[in-house]
Amino acid sequence: MKPGQLLWPYINFSRKIRTMEEFGFKISKSTRIDLDSACQSLYNQIASKVPDIRTCINCGSCSASCTAATFRRTSFRGAILHINRGFDKKAVEFLKSCMLCGKCFLVCPRGIDTRNIILEIIRSEEG
Amino acid sequence: MKERLVFGYDPFVLPFLTGMIFIIGYLLVGTIRIIICLNGRERKRLLTIFHPATAFRIVKDIFADCLLHIKIFKRNVLLGYMHASIAFGWFMLIVLGHIEVMLFTPQRNGILYYPIFFRYFVMETEQTLRGSFYFFVMDLCLLIVLSGIGLAIYKRFKSHRLGMKRTTKLRLGDNIALYSLWLIFPLRLLAESFTADISGGSFLTKGINSLLHSFVSNPSNISMVWWAYSSALGLFFFALPFSRYMHIPTEILLIALRHAKIEATSLRDGYSEAEIYSCSRCGICIDACPMTFNNQDVKFTSVYYIRLLRRRENASVPAGMCLMCNKCVELCPVGIDSTAIKLINREILNKRISFDYTPVNLSDPEINLAEAGKAKLLYYGGCMTALTPSVSFSIFKILEKAGIEYIHMDKENTICCGRPLLLSGNLKDAKELISKNRKLILDSGCQTLLVSCPICYKMFTEEYDLKNIRVVHHSVYINELINNGEISVKKSADSCVYHDPCELGRGSGIYDQPRSVLESIMDLKEAPEEKRESICCGGSLGSIALSYNNRKEIAKGSLNNLMRYSPDILVTSCPLCLRTFSSVNEKRTADIAQVVYEHMI
Repeated sequence: MKPGQLLWPYINFSRKIRTMEEFGFKISKSTRIDLDSACQSLYNQIASKVPDIRTCINCGSCSASCTAATFRRTSFRGAILHINRGFDKKAVEFLKSCMLCGKCFLVCPRGIDTRNIILEIIRSEEG
Repeated sequence: MKERLVFGYDPFVLPFLTGMIFIIGYLLVGTIRIIICLNGRERKRLLTIFHPATAFRIVKDIFADCLLHIKIFKRNVLLGYMHASIAFGWFMLIVLGHIEVMLFTPQRNGILYYPIFFRYFVMETEQTLRGSFYFFVMDLCLLIVLSGIGLAIYKRFKSHRLGMKRTTKLRLGDNIALYSLWLIFPLRLLAESFTADISGGSFLTKGINSLLHSFVSNPSNISMVWWAYSSALGLFFFALPFSRYMHIPTEILLIALRHAKIEATSLRDGYSEAEIYSCSRCGICIDACPMTFNNQDVKFTSVYYIRLLRRRENASVPAGMCLMCNKCVELCPVGIDSTAIKLINREILNKRISFDYTPVNLSDPEINLAEAGKAKLLYYGGCMTALTPSVSFSIFKILEKAGIEYIHMDKENTICCGRPLLLSGNLKDAKELISKNRKLILDSGCQTLLVSCPICYKMFTEEYDLKNIRVVHHSVYINELINNGEISVKKSADSCVYHDPCELGRGSGIYDQPRSVLESIMDLKEAPEEKRESICCGGSLGSIALSYNNRKEIAKGSLNNLMRYSPDILVTSCPLCLRTFSSVNEKRTADIAQVVYEHMI
């Protein structure tokens, strides 16, 4: 007897092929952001001045320590993610209440020059 | 003494004369340009320099700074002597030349070149005591200047012997001015030794005369040497506006403007222009700047920044790099406040951007200080202390031991003091934070505001108008507690070194109180460069664009200086310095509050 021969009787070809939906799963539209189609011009422009920005690992230390975040949604991590995806206006929104106190720079595990990048992003809005 | 030449003129004076007329015209135009750039109020203030008391102080400062160079003497005696001998010696030569003209040939008063080439135009009729006195003094002054020139030449090759590790690179204009300056005085000596036989001389000129007798007795050489002397002077005057030696005349104007209490208001015009041209590019700020630990960053130092401005080039990169530690300003022999100019530069750069703090509402219940009125002491840790909780913890323990009630202003959350925004040139936004914080502090009804961060301390004392609330830094407060006997400490065998945070030391002038605290609990060692020469830790919020790696280099360099005499503990009184040094220091780094808490009985 060859291995696998025993399996044949157990497979019923007459049954309908079951899909994931029957088991309670759903196939939704992809939420993945296509980085190829995102306009990264601001990201690249800042990266040419402050290359540190490319080393961000989105750990969120900056947002966790932020002084301004207790009053309004302020997040350096969020801003970087957004300019990486081409949502420049949203990124500025994330930094509008920044007080440049420098805590994010001190806690950053990658030593990213956060205040310089924040100023660059805010400047980009003003043209 | 009487005139030798009837017309009192010889063609060799022409190079000097044209140079002199050129430089006088240039200086006049420059001065008028600077005064035109001042606004009405500043111009009114400028009139105060004619007040006798102010005028006296200006003249005193001109003597001390421009001629005797007292500040450089304090730094290095040889360097000071070099500057003072050339400046004061030359000044005396000019003054004595004029006195001689007034005494011996009063009919030639007011002729530009006459006092300079006096020896050529006169002859000694008979040996006079008065004449030989002037000969002697003139020769002495010339000798002093020549010794200074000798030192200057020596400094070109071995600058570290005169206390300078690095200096600026010279450009064409500087080189022409420098070499012509070196040539002026030896040529003057040679020229005057020619005429020592005719118009008289003293130990120096007569000595050269007899030494080089065969050369000087040949009358065909005489006009050549006087031509060379005059040309060197003329060349120097023509090169002056294009060289660093422009600081010699400009510094006089700068001192007058400073005494009129005029401050820099624009990047390049008015007072700033006087400052820019007063920069002698001596390079003291290069050795002072902490950024130069990494040798590539020399171009970001104040001297090169000012040179960029002088050439009307874009200087925003070095302006953004600067740590604003103010060491260069503290050590500058001319007293140029380059930090103020850099701040103006940053303001221009950030003119169009603004932040939005409208959602910041400090009357939230959790930070409402209405009930705080009972406590007389309000404690503000600031953003940096929030990252170093050991500092505030120690301070609270000390306060509890002393039985002082306190309210922690930023226990839950608060806003920044505004200094980082001020340093980045966002003045308008900083003012918004100031007004919000100020209201909170005034409403609390406290009498004392205790601050543990020097950055906030400088901000609260200088920019906030806190009426009669006393702002005190914790190192000063702890010193008072110990002196008043409210807490008692024991002395341990450990040794420590104290790092002066820039904002507390140079920024606020607090050097002695933290040291007196440390002396009472430990063996305090010195560092080679401390107090007003303390080196920034590299963490400063003043710099916008300095990268992490560069900051780390600075921290290491600063640490090397502090640990020279191998203390056990590095003590500082700034949470930011504490954090910066902790990451590079192999030994222990602690805040002054921490060590006091540990030594409390």
